[in-house]
Amino acid sequence: MIRAVGKPLEEIIGMVQNFDRILLAGCDGCVTVCEAGGLKETKVLGSALRLYFTQAGQNKVVDETTLTRQCDKEYLAQLGDRIDNYDAVVSLACGAGAQFMVDMYKHKVVFPGVDTCFIGVTEERGWYTERCQACGRCILADTGGICPIARCSKRMLNGPCGGSEGGKCEVSPEMPCGWQLIYDRLKTLGQLDRFEKPVDPKDWTSSRDGGIRKIMREDLRI
Amino acid sequence: MRLQYPPDVRIIQVPCTGKVDILHLLTAFEEGADGVFVAGCLEGDCHFMEGNLHAKRRVKRVKEILDRVGIGGERVEMFNLSAGQGGRFAEIVRDMDQKIRELGPSPIRVAHMKGSGLHEEVAA
Repeated sequence: MIRAVGKPLEEIIGMVQNFDRILLAGCDGCVTVCEAGGLKETKVLGSALRLYFTQAGQNKVVDETTLTRQCDKEYLAQLGDRIDNYDAVVSLACGAGAQFMVDMYKHKVVFPGVDTCFIGVTEERGWYTERCQACGRCILADTGGICPIARCSKRMLNGPCGGSEGGKCEVSPEMPCGWQLIYDRLKTLGQLDRFEKPVDPKDWTSSRDGGIRKIMREDLRI
Repeated sequence: MRLQYPPDVRIIQVPCTGKVDILHLLTAFEEGADGVFVAGCLEGDCHFMEGNLHAKRRVKRVKEILDRVGIGGERVEMFNLSAGQGGRFAEIVRDMDQKIRELGPSPIRVAHMKGSGLHEEVAA
């Protein structure tokens, strides 16, 4: 899932301070799971903003709501009858959700309430790590199920590099070397012979190198 | 024990401090509380294993938020004591009461009073 972290309070205060009626819109999707922009975090942000503006002597309306997902029009449409009650919206969805809200409510000022970080997993509650960079052409089948694009700092296709030492990446002593992980995994699977054949250059046209991406599924379209 | 402590403390009972949520604490300040403290069991003595440790982390987060919004993180505290330490409880209440009186009324309560014309009364 997409992982995000809440923006610093000072940054959000700076964004909304010139508006009198502010709606905080959380998202029940990915940002709820990583506890950055769900109902709870939206309410905490709302409470913090009300405390700030009240002690500063500024009379503002700060309301909270959450939508099932902000990356689907059906749920964004649920704001249609009340969004005009507000001068600005802070979207606590990922960058995709916030932008989709802008698409639907073109006349409304929308600010991001979270920093969207990566596609990752929950190692433990409050500890998330990156696993996928959405390159658009998955090569996990060739690398023992461990992605060198997401987990090698250099995104090398034929690793490890000289910066791998003791199973760690030279970028940080705590960071596992992605290619060491791949080597260990292929060894466990008895497939080390894969290292004898160099991997061809990757086709990056399915990643950002091909411009803004889209998926068109004719079988699903109505 | 007939222990004396300041009467202007409102006690809200929860089954375990692990139940205390960040929103409970923030809401208390939104409603005009001058200070809040969480009284949890001694660390290592939680009946639910880690409830008081969860509360400790939440109080820390609320302190950070209160510092950032101009209320002051020192208005919220966590103390650990056992059910048999009535004397310690009264002592904590007296200390916290004294500390909050020195800090003065919460800026939120002052703002609410200004709105209702009672500011001078609070300041006095």
